[in-house]
Amino acid sequence: MLKDIFGKRRRYASIPSEQGKMDVPEGLMQKCKGCSKIFYTKEVKKSQHVCTNCGYHHPLAAWERIDSLFDEDTFMEWDAGITSANPLNFPDYIEKLEKDQQKTGLNEGVVTGKGLIDSQPTAFAVMDSNFRMGSMGSAIGEKIARAIENARKEAIPFIIFSASGGARMQEGVLSLMQMAKTSIAIKRFSDAGGLIISVMTHPTTGGVSASFASIGDYNFAEPGALIGFAGRRIIEQTIREKLPQDFQTAEFQLKHGQLDKVIHRKDMRNTLSQLLKLHQKGGE
Amino acid sequence: MKQVLDFEKPVVNLRDKIAELKKITQDSEMDLTDEISTLEERLKVLEDDIYGNLKPWERVQMARHGDRPTTLDYIGLLFTDFIEFHGDRLFGDDAAIVSGIAFYKDKPVTIIGHQRGKDTKENIRRNFGMPHPEGYRKALRHMKQAEKFKRPIICFIDTKGAYPGKAAEERGQSEAIARNLMEMAGLTVPIVCIVIGEGGSGGALALGVGDHIHMLENSTYSVISPEGAAALLWKDASLAKHAAETMGITSYDLKKLQVVDEIIPEPRGGAHRDVDEQAKFIDTVLSKSLKTLATYDEEELLEKRWEKYKQIGDYTNR
Repeated sequence: MLKDIFGKRRRYASIPSEQGKMDVPEGLMQKCKGCSKIFYTKEVKKSQHVCTNCGYHHPLAAWERIDSLFDEDTFMEWDAGITSANPLNFPDYIEKLEKDQQKTGLNEGVVTGKGLIDSQPTAFAVMDSNFRMGSMGSAIGEKIARAIENARKEAIPFIIFSASGGARMQEGVLSLMQMAKTSIAIKRFSDAGGLIISVMTHPTTGGVSASFASIGDYNFAEPGALIGFAGRRIIEQTIREKLPQDFQTAEFQLKHGQLDKVIHRKDMRNTLSQLLKLHQKGGE
Repeated sequence: MKQVLDFEKPVVNLRDKIAELKKITQDSEMDLTDEISTLEERLKVLEDDIYGNLKPWERVQMARHGDRPTTLDYIGLLFTDFIEFHGDRLFGDDAAIVSGIAFYKDKPVTIIGHQRGKDTKENIRRNFGMPHPEGYRKALRHMKQAEKFKRPIICFIDTKGAYPGKAAEERGQSEAIARNLMEMAGLTVPIVCIVIGEGGSGGALALGVGDHIHMLENSTYSVISPEGAAALLWKDASLAKHAAETMGITSYDLKKLQVVDEIIPEPRGGAHRDVDEQAKFIDTVLSKSLKTLATYDEEELLEKRWEKYKQIGDYTNR
């Protein structure tokens, strides 16, 4: 009928968003999580994923971090093949691991190895929060402990970049015990005179915060990183009050004496390089 | 009045009935001896059935039982001349951890343990056995002292976890726990850790890096409470029972995972049924542990401690 044609022009709501998305190629633009400003991805990559408007530090993938710190082609990976088993036969765990392996191209949520920073050799571990939120299970504990042992044997410094929501629930008490395992490895290395530099990136919480991340000779953090033991929601429920906005940020931890320094990503390599230099034998 | 758990109600009911019949027999001419013995037979079967194979969730309830003996109960029964010492020398004294020295079979030892309260008032004073950083720092201070005077350290673990509070975060809860893990790794005296109730996460582990780790049969040790796990994994805290089954938190699970050395048996119906007997069971395992550890020199001790933790975990290497 004519009425149908002219009268109710908007019988169906149009959903333009899907169409809209198609107009811009996937990944060309990116929105800052801090200030919501839109940037070209290329631009974001150039600034190492730090917002040029508000300074928000977006998470870096493990290999991006390695590229940003080490002299070109000097990084040699250790134990790349170590990956999680499913000790408790936890339902869906293996599927979740496989999904994240595909997503990140990593076998597990940490990459370990050694390389040169301004020609200075150092052992290195970097966690990747894109892999199961960087949660620590047996595989991560083992890789980190081995990296620290390697540093001890080779008598080179050890730098670790943490990014973890805490323990990996699916491995139960075995993940809890990785806190002990990594901390004992740190102790052995420290007693042998080893230099331990811990850099906490967003987020470093729970069991990772309460083990190796907090016991470096130097504890650093990236600006704005969430760092703490218990989660904000749990604390708010326990003490029945609202927590301040800056609670458990890197700046909060610095103010409360828990950090040596908050370091902007653009200064990270230089600061680490300088620190390594200051610890060379004889101060050369 | 003892707290009765749901699953043990049939046992308690039957026991009450037997007591009643006994009273009748005593008070009147009626002789019910035959019936009583039949019921007692039945009680034995029922007890075997209920207490003989407790399910994980039932053990969680046992571990949390209001009458379950605490660190101070065992200190009173296992040691002599105990003196408690206070404070971390930095901020304050945390009543959620008790710490001091005493004699164990005529040899001085340092004893450190989480301490719950037995009633609301004491629980508030002791913060339900959930320590702040100053508690862990007090513990570490006493451990270092034990090392100086070459005393073995005995830790009793019994906490829901480190306290998740604002002040605790401000004072470095993470650092306090991490520091203990690291320093306990290097102490040159024997450390024996015994989980007596709930072993909750990092807050438990901060007193739990040792040469031998033992667990009371009905205690639990886990990375997160069953309620917390259920909320995190399935967004539903009421699935706690399911989480307790899935996450492997009983003494038997931990023995299988090679985390604990020995399971210390409990009296039938739980530690609170007979504290003296429970203390004896602990005594047997503890004295054996200390005897073994006394044969190692310092280097051996530390090397074995590392070996113990190094092997914990399950992974594949492609």
